[in-house]
Amino acid sequence: MAKAYETVIGLEVHVELATKTKIFCGCSTAFGGAPNTHTCPVCTGMPGSLPVLNKEVVNKAIAVGLATNCTITQNCKFDRKNYFYPDNPQNYQISQLYYPICRNGKVEIEVEGKKKWIGIHEIHMEEDAGKLIHDPYTDSSLVDFNRSGVPLIEIVSEPDMRSAEEVIAYLDKLRMTIQYLGASDCKLNEGSMRADVNLSIREVGAEEFGTRTEMKNLNSFKAIARAIENERERQIDILEAGEKVVQETRRWDDTKEYSYAMRSKEDAQDYRYFPDPDLVPIIISDEWLDDIRAKQPEFREEKKARYQEEYGLPEYDADILTGTKKLADIFEETIALDANPKKVSNWLMVETMRILKEKEMDADDITFSAKNLAKLIKLTDSQAINSTVAKEVFEKIFEDDIDPESYVEEKGLKTVNDEGALRSTIEQVIADNPQSVEDYRNGKEKAIGFLVGQTMKAMKGKANPGMVNQILKELL
Amino acid sequence: MQITDETIDYVGILAKLELSPEEKEQAKKDMTNMLEYVGKLNELDTEGVEPMSHTFSVNNVFREDVVTNGDDRENMLANAPEKKDGAYKVPRTFD
Repeated sequence: MAKAYETVIGLEVHVELATKTKIFCGCSTAFGGAPNTHTCPVCTGMPGSLPVLNKEVVNKAIAVGLATNCTITQNCKFDRKNYFYPDNPQNYQISQLYYPICRNGKVEIEVEGKKKWIGIHEIHMEEDAGKLIHDPYTDSSLVDFNRSGVPLIEIVSEPDMRSAEEVIAYLDKLRMTIQYLGASDCKLNEGSMRADVNLSIREVGAEEFGTRTEMKNLNSFKAIARAIENERERQIDILEAGEKVVQETRRWDDTKEYSYAMRSKEDAQDYRYFPDPDLVPIIISDEWLDDIRAKQPEFREEKKARYQEEYGLPEYDADILTGTKKLADIFEETIALDANPKKVSNWLMVETMRILKEKEMDADDITFSAKNLAKLIKLTDSQAINSTVAKEVFEKIFEDDIDPESYVEEKGLKTVNDEGALRSTIEQVIADNPQSVEDYRNGKEKAIGFLVGQTMKAMKGKANPGMVNQILKELL
Repeated sequence: MQITDETIDYVGILAKLELSPEEKEQAKKDMTNMLEYVGKLNELDTEGVEPMSHTFSVNNVFREDVVTNGDDRENMLANAPEKKDGAYKVPRTFD
């Protein structure tokens, strides 16, 4: 009989902090610059250059730590992690081993209605490495140091997760918390949030952990779920065959849906950590902590409750709207422009969600402005355009963030409220569709729908539907 | 404390250095001397003394988060042994 196994998962999550400059120098962190245009002697490891810590990195790391119930290390330091790799020009990474800035945190997740706390072992600050691009023409590697020195925090969880669903709920919770803090945009596909999965298998009821592997290169929630499932099965197969799992780092290939060993811990690097002599200790006073505490934003749970109470939204809607900071921001910004909260919610919940799904986009990819959504709602409120036209215009707003007022004006999309014009069109429709007219008169109520449709078509969708109905009934 | 051949080989691997037998002997002697020198500290009673990483009592040296560096690629790449397309060219490296 097959044994019952339990999956034990811990996560190492790297998050790029949204600061303007790098962690130890005044170079820009802007994404997408030409190679090596955001570099200086410090972030390229020139001898004699000296790092100076960006205070905002500490502020953001503390804010994340407080939001995840961590104890802040009020006397913390940086250490050097030594290794040779061409993406790391100093031959060491400045990181924190002995006194990480945050310790002993926890976040609550919910999976299928069950709540659970996931422990956070520590959060430390460190610097990102450069980027290597393979050059096929010269069969060499080209190094771009623009990312070198970009501030990161690494959030190390306890091995508290037992399934892919719990892992995703945990990542989602972290992402949401950090986005709400404005500490990072946390985009997995762009690498501003990266998760390494440590996974082991043990028999249900066993006390000891099994040997774990570390999985890298996971660029989406879906890839994470697939990689966990795949690695779980791979390890169970090994155990069932009476063999031993090898402790190693594996790289996930999501297109081929399998992983391969990168390096095993047997020839693991000896990082020879030691305190960085170029950086002085960071003493975080109680006042500093209080100051950051006072500036913490409203988080999702509080926002969700407020949306229900203040705007009378159903729980479901409040849940979706607060599900990403982006949606919550647009919602609040649009309301601030005097738009009715329920109507704003409706545009976001129905049309926005529909288009996002159609285009396989995330809410974070939304580029339209609150200003133009508010204008659209005003146009519908004043019945200047009908709902069919409004949906069309909204698609334009979603795509190009157009100004709906001038767009409607330019394209002549204003609702026709002119009774004379409507009446003559409807008379024509009635004359052209004797069968439907007869059906209606014989008691087929539905036939009027067809006639309304024909009228709207003749008016290119711009007729006031209320008036069309009224005039039709009158003429029939 | 004596530095063994194994230690020298291991340190050589970590430092990516290939040493000749003579150099290894010299390195062994040098490192043993250094460790003996530093080892003097072990004679002190450090019970209850906080470990320190700096000799100066300076802390909280920060920069404000303001961009101060512009594009200085040309100067930066002047130090590169080899370059291509605005990047440092290095031997092919696997992940």
